[in-house]
Amino acid sequence: MSPDLIDGIVVILLATVRAGTPLVFAALGELVAERSGVLNLGVEGMMLVGAVAGFAAALGTGSYALGLLAAIAAGAALALVFGFLTLTMRASQVPTGLALTIFGIGLSTFVGYPVQDKPLAGLKPIDIPGLSDIPVIGPLLFGHDLLIYLSLAILAALLWFLYRSKGGLILRAVGESAESADAIGYPVIAIRYAAVAFGGAMAGLGGAYLSLVYTPTWAEQMTAGRGWIALALVVFATWKPGWVVAGAYLFGGVTIVQLNLQGWGFDVSSHLLSMLPYIATIVVLVMISRDETRIKLNAPAALGRPFFRS
Amino acid sequence: MLRPTALLAAAAAIAFATTGQAADPLKIGFVYVSPIGSAGWTYQHDVARKHIEKVYGDKIKTSYVEKVPEGADAERVIRQLATSGHKLIFTTSFGYMDPTIKVAKRFPKVHFEHATGYKRSKNVATYIARFYEGRYLAGIVAGKMTKSNVAGYVAAFPIPEVVRGINAFVRGMRSVNPKATVRVIWVSSWYDPGKEREAAEALIGQGADVLMQHTDSTAVVQAAESKGVYAIGYHSDMSKFGPKAHLTASTHDWRGYYEARVKMALAGTWKSGAIWGGIKEGMVKMAPFNMAVTDDVKKAVSDATEAIRNGKLHPFAGPVKDQDGKVRIPAGKTMSDKDLSSMSWYVEGVDGKLPKK
Repeated sequence: MSPDLIDGIVVILLATVRAGTPLVFAALGELVAERSGVLNLGVEGMMLVGAVAGFAAALGTGSYALGLLAAIAAGAALALVFGFLTLTMRASQVPTGLALTIFGIGLSTFVGYPVQDKPLAGLKPIDIPGLSDIPVIGPLLFGHDLLIYLSLAILAALLWFLYRSKGGLILRAVGESAESADAIGYPVIAIRYAAVAFGGAMAGLGGAYLSLVYTPTWAEQMTAGRGWIALALVVFATWKPGWVVAGAYLFGGVTIVQLNLQGWGFDVSSHLLSMLPYIATIVVLVMISRDETRIKLNAPAALGRPFFRS
Repeated sequence: MLRPTALLAAAAAIAFATTGQAADPLKIGFVYVSPIGSAGWTYQHDVARKHIEKVYGDKIKTSYVEKVPEGADAERVIRQLATSGHKLIFTTSFGYMDPTIKVAKRFPKVHFEHATGYKRSKNVATYIARFYEGRYLAGIVAGKMTKSNVAGYVAAFPIPEVVRGINAFVRGMRSVNPKATVRVIWVSSWYDPGKEREAAEALIGQGADVLMQHTDSTAVVQAAESKGVYAIGYHSDMSKFGPKAHLTASTHDWRGYYEARVKMALAGTWKSGAIWGGIKEGMVKMAPFNMAVTDDVKKAVSDATEAIRNGKLHPFAGPVKDQDGKVRIPAGKTMSDKDLSSMSWYVEGVDGKLPKK
């Protein structure tokens, strides 16, 4: 292969990881919430609120760390509203989640008005002298921004937590059968609150990735439907963290490759290409729904069902 | 996408627009498709609204409703403005065309001004700018500044308006740099900062060193800034998003037109009509140049501006060849406005094929 082609592929791979990372954050968070048996459809709204809070805080204080903290707090706060309505008040999860998205869109637009279209430098990729300059491997391993490494660290932590720790076992038990977990003496509602708050914090982080790193600015509805893709990804990955990340990069890759193909002058319909991520979701949904045992093994049995202590 | 919040915003804004006002001044209403923000299509209209307020002082009173979705909601908003005593109403998005015509029928004494549409009536005038003239000038800047002879263009949808802009840009570029070509990426969205940014980076990765956009966010300029290449803004001056990258911008200026139309409405001489104004009418202007733009480039642009203004230069004066080298407009002829408004082919110098709609 010519050096130009290799460079081109490296550029596409880097862009793919960047495009997939907001989805990684939001979908991993939603996965934890769903593993506890709570379906929160408000991901898009929580991402937007995280994006605007992160951007406003970073703009105001000049600190990206504070921006990220604000995004986490804002996402979690909105998720706790959802938790209060569905867990304490026992409202139905699906309409409440949809309402949360609508609320998040409106709230972020409203509070974001003063900071709309303000420029910010944005968090830059790391640059380790020596290592980042190695051809091919350098940029791929050492050329990302810090949040991408954080997303992978969270993946590792989640894999350990869900499958290797007692806490993860309890979380999964609550998601499989809240009644049984309750009978053994676990605080079902408290555990679900924690899982929902974690989901919100991660969605907020995903939103902040957009407003602080990806396109460092705040513009209303800048998530452009990524919250919905994150929701689909959790199903796509049959509730497995590793597959969530693989799926997120796949989705990112489809977008990036289609943009690059166009630039190279391939005669492809842009409308068809922009449909691809959604077609991929439907195809995977059809495929996994045919494999009944697989879905049974992974789908939390109590997903979407409110818990009543009788 | 469903945007229920937009409905709420529109409803709230109507309430604002209609709260009691003195009856004396001429009430003028504006309907905006997006928030005003600090750059972009709607922002330029609002600059003109503030301008007429300054010029006419207490003789007029303006109000605006922003973020009005195109379609049924627009009709409600426009009707609300008409019933609440607004005598001159500017509807500033293409999708307001049918609602404007419909409401205008019910309010024959109210004057309507619809931007970018083609349907008119006795009390509905239309106005649009020759944005392609600004694109041509932007092309001259790009053609002079590029080192790789490849420019990148991030575009929304392959409709005539956008295709015409790309073609004008290429012709401007090749008028000063015959080797230059343009690569186009369609993002299938007027507004998706993430996708616009990735498209911009893909173009940079493929060798483009000057970017132009026909989308609404500032992501393309930001991408150019972070990758150390040049960009030319659209709608508004976007220099604060790319202090080093932003060479200039092709901007719209509605101040003169609005001022003239309000004057007619005040004097009772308002008449329907269709304006397609460009550099000559002051509707299309270039934003201030970056420090990096040399005097020789500035001179080329100001010469071309002058030539367009006095009619000596037309961006689509023949010979105009299409991508396959076929002569579409022979030497000595100029493309008609009718052909311009339905343009659906690339001129020579564009890489890649135009996607079918």
